[in-house]
Order: sequence, then C-alpha cells, then structure tokens
Amino acid sequence: MTTEELKNLKSELVVDARGTACPGPLLAAKKAIGDIESGEIMEILSADEGTKNDIPRWCEKVGHEYLGFYDEDSFSRLFLIKE
Amino acid sequence: MDMENTTEVTIEQLQKQLETLQKKVQKLEKNRKDQLSMAVVSGDMDKILAAMVISLGAAAMDTQVKLFFSFWSLSALRDPKKHPKGKDFISKMFGIMLPKSKNHLSLSNMNMAGMGPMMIKMLMKKKNVLSLDEMFKQAGELGIEITICEMSMDLMGFKKDEFIDYPNLRFAGAATFVADAGESAIQLFI
Repeated sequence: MTTEELKNLKSELVVDARGTACPGPLLAAKKAIGDIESGEIMEILSADEGTKNDIPRWCEKVGHEYLGFYDEDSFSRLFLIKE
Repeated sequence: MDMENTTEVTIEQLQKQLETLQKKVQKLEKNRKDQLSMAVVSGDMDKILAAMVISLGAAAMDTQVKLFFSFWSLSALRDPKKHPKGKDFISKMFGIMLPKSKNHLSLSNMNMAGMGPMMIKMLMKKKNVLSLDEMFKQAGELGIEITICEMSMDLMGFKKDEFIDYPNLRFAGAATFVADAGESAIQLFI
C-alpha cells in the first residue's frame, strides 16, 4: 500500500509501543491483537527501527495481513489486518 | 479381465504407499513442532539478556518456548530474598561467590569490576529496553517454560526454594532437554 492509502485507513486499534525497544513492540502487538476482531485494522506506533522488519515477519508467520508502514518524525506507523 | 486386475493391484499399491507417506509426514510434523528449545548455560548478563530477548520474540510469534537452565545460568534464577537452610560449607561458599540474582550478573566483556553492568543497565533504561525483571515477568505471562537442571543445581549446592517465583518452573535432567529439543524446530545453546 502507498503512504497515501495507509494514511486514509481507519484503524480499529492503535497500539502505542514507542516507549519500548525490541522485543517490546512485538509483545505489545501480540497482546493487543486479541482485542480486535478478524478483518479489523490494527496500527502500531514504534520508535524501534527493527520493528519495521519484525512486524511483517510476525504477520507472515501468524497469518495477519501486513499492509505497510510510513515514517513520522521520530517513529513509524505500521498497519495490519487481523486474520 | 486382465486389465481390471492390474488396475486393482495398482490402486492397492498406491494406497499402501500413501499410508506409508502419511505415517512419515506425521512423524516429520511431530519432529518439527513450532517450538524453541534453548539450553542456557552461561550466567553472563549479556547472554541471559540475549536468551530472554530471543525467547520473548519467539513467544510473541506464537512459538512454544522451553528454556533449560544449567550451570552458571542458575544464578540468574536465584531470588536474593530467599535464604534456604540446611546447606553444607561448600554450598554456602558457592552461594556467597555466585551472583545473587539476575540483577547481580557480570558482563562477559567490559565488566570492569561491575562498572560495565551498571552502564548497560543505565543504557537499557535510556533506550527503553525491558529490564531483566520485566523480561522474566513477561516470559511467565507468555507461558515460556523454564526447566532447571537438577544435576547442576545439586552440584553447585543450590536449593529448590532459593529460586525465583516463576509460573512454569520445573526441575529435570538432560533427557528432558533432549526430548524437548528433538521435537523443536529451533534449538539453541547459549
């Protein structure tokens, strides 16, 4: 998805994991995914660079659909659809 | 008539081959469970950190994690508030010489008489890395299993009641690790 498309998405849940480094954002995402329904969009905020690689790998393994990310000033927004 | 017979035999043979294959696949699937087995032998702060970060990452990815703590790593599981009774002289000496908890471990490099670990802890806080206390707490919540090697526990004179309160703490021997590792897709030694 392009940045524009990602910006237009309406996330069901925003997980702010900016206060933790690896593997914090992944743990936060795993915990939060239980709070939304299948087909809903989750957005993860992370200031940890490695998360941009880790979240897609996690989605790939667990079955969620990874949509992409875009960078803000000091962090990134990552998007996925729950399986 | 002849043709029919040949076909029947072939189907039977195919069925047999299929059954054999199914059995083999079942066995393979069992051998490669989505599971991580780790033998944690080092008691250095950096290595315990690495073990816990990998374990938490795996658990977050829904991989079952089984940790086998042995030898020097047992120090990381000690609870400094617990003072077990009935130790002999050598056990007591070991108890005094070895780190009292995961927060008393030294670094494998740049330890500088305790300055190194202090600096790492400061940096971890600054860079928002979870503390070892927090990592063990999360590990417990995620169902990461910890097994303590009974033989090295005895050897080093540790008592079962001086270890941390952890939800999945077990005591076992080498066979348990080998059995767990044998069916795990990932096996690590730290």
